[in-house]
Amino acid sequence: MTGQLFEPGFFTNDAVQTALLVGAVVAVISACVGIFTVIRSQAFTGETLGDLGTTGGSASYLLGVSNPLWGFATAALIGAGLIELLGVRRRPDRDLATGIVLGAGLGLAALFLYLDTTSSSTTGVSITILFGSLFVFNTATLPALIALGAVALALIAVSYRMLLLSSISPELAAARGIPVRLVGAAYLVALALAVALAAVTIGAVLSTALLIGPPATALRLTKRPGLAMLTAAATGVLATWLGILLAYDSYYWPPVQHGWPVSFLIVAVIFAFYVLAQLPVLRRRTDRRAPVAATTNP
Amino acid sequence: MINTWLAATIVAIVAGTVGFFAVLRRSAFAAHALPQGAFAGAACASLLGLSTILGLFVFSIIGAILIALLGRRGRHDAVTALTLVLMLSLGALFLSFSVEYAPEIYSLLFGEILGVSRSDLLPITILGAVSVLATIALYRPLLLSSVISDAAEARGLNTRRLELCFLLVMALAISATVPVVGTFLVFSLMIAPAGSARILTANPLGALGLSILIALATVWASIAAAYQTNWPVGFYVGTIGAAGYILARTRQAWRSAVFKANTAQ
Repeated sequence: MTGQLFEPGFFTNDAVQTALLVGAVVAVISACVGIFTVIRSQAFTGETLGDLGTTGGSASYLLGVSNPLWGFATAALIGAGLIELLGVRRRPDRDLATGIVLGAGLGLAALFLYLDTTSSSTTGVSITILFGSLFVFNTATLPALIALGAVALALIAVSYRMLLLSSISPELAAARGIPVRLVGAAYLVALALAVALAAVTIGAVLSTALLIGPPATALRLTKRPGLAMLTAAATGVLATWLGILLAYDSYYWPPVQHGWPVSFLIVAVIFAFYVLAQLPVLRRRTDRRAPVAATTNP
Repeated sequence: MINTWLAATIVAIVAGTVGFFAVLRRSAFAAHALPQGAFAGAACASLLGLSTILGLFVFSIIGAILIALLGRRGRHDAVTALTLVLMLSLGALFLSFSVEYAPEIYSLLFGEILGVSRSDLLPITILGAVSVLATIALYRPLLLSSVISDAAEARGLNTRRLELCFLLVMALAISATVPVVGTFLVFSLMIAPAGSARILTANPLGALGLSILIALATVWASIAAAYQTNWPVGFYVGTIGAAGYILARTRQAWRSAVFKANTAQ
């Protein structure tokens, strides 16, 4: 049974072990940050910061920086700053301002990727930046990745209660004297770091999957924020590992015998989990005592 | 080249019209998600040897339906994000199966001035015409439900069905627009001119007209510049769009400053 499920060498292969480790770290960080992204309805912001990673990643290749993580993180942080700057106070216009920043960023990415592909012979650069390649993860990046992840988690941990209240009810939070704008800005920084990490694993344009998928799944199953965070982290790690396992097994799958892209398999598992969580059997009745219940409706 | 000019003109009119409602309905995220989903369609079509536009069309329709249906039960933006990444990663899967490499993928993602052939013009025109006609037919209910959705529901408008209809119209517009501008920058052409137009005038019909004009100027300038420099069209569309929006915002800020100064005297 295990022999059929796990192709030989799965547990001894270095690339696989690195992928499992990196995937788990990133999935946990994405889940902890993503819970708030879903509660705050900032999926578009997360998507934008992830996509801006394309700009940073392609720029870093152009500048000869071998590690795209710095490019992803820098671009996401600049994007977060711009969104905050254009950041219209009125919520309806927020999406438009975000979209304009994203449009400019993708336009630049188009140029950088064009210059990347014309100036060097590395044709795979675009695909690696856009869609990721977990199996060729450079272990030298690991310390930086863990450090950035720790910063994101620390930001969330320090502001946890203030962030939760200002996400659920900004008015109430403001009335209690919480600096809502500052908390929101700190959260944007955590979000930018989290998507940069996710971009390293499953690619800049797919990073939203790890950020939104497991938390959205978890919030279908429970309304308690702490529990939802744990569930999301578990779901994220499980989905990532399952994706890696499938990718490893897919080496002999049709139609081509060179393996399916690991990013696709991870995203597909995440989506499958989300759809499964829609099943009525798994849905708990709304818990009235839970604080998020009122705003996080199904 | 003449094909591209014609296609670009059609595309600008379509994007300006549909984009106006995308901005009004705050569907910027959907406008960003649908074309990226359509990317999977183009990749699938090239794998099967079918027409790119057909692939774009089928997949953006599937994306629109997924967003509308799943969005009824879940949070709209989370569902949009999940649909987007699922379809985009499908695109990556199809690409990994196909033998095509960088240049083709690249022009699909970021647009190509010579990407429109004579045989593409007819489907682009038809798709564009249908989406513009549908927008005109839905003009009043769309405007009403975008501006005051409560009143629209009170009048018996089925806002959910309207949302689905609008997503489908957007899907049509996108399948016409992608071949020129590329999947990543379609949404920029939709929301940036419309966003600027809305700032410049409050009159809905005036803003719609202005949105089309700005979209035309953006696309024409982008194509001319891309032709001269050989750089991707998407770069110009994205940056010119953002620059126009920032100009509009600056003008607005300046005028309100002048107004304040005048009233203070």
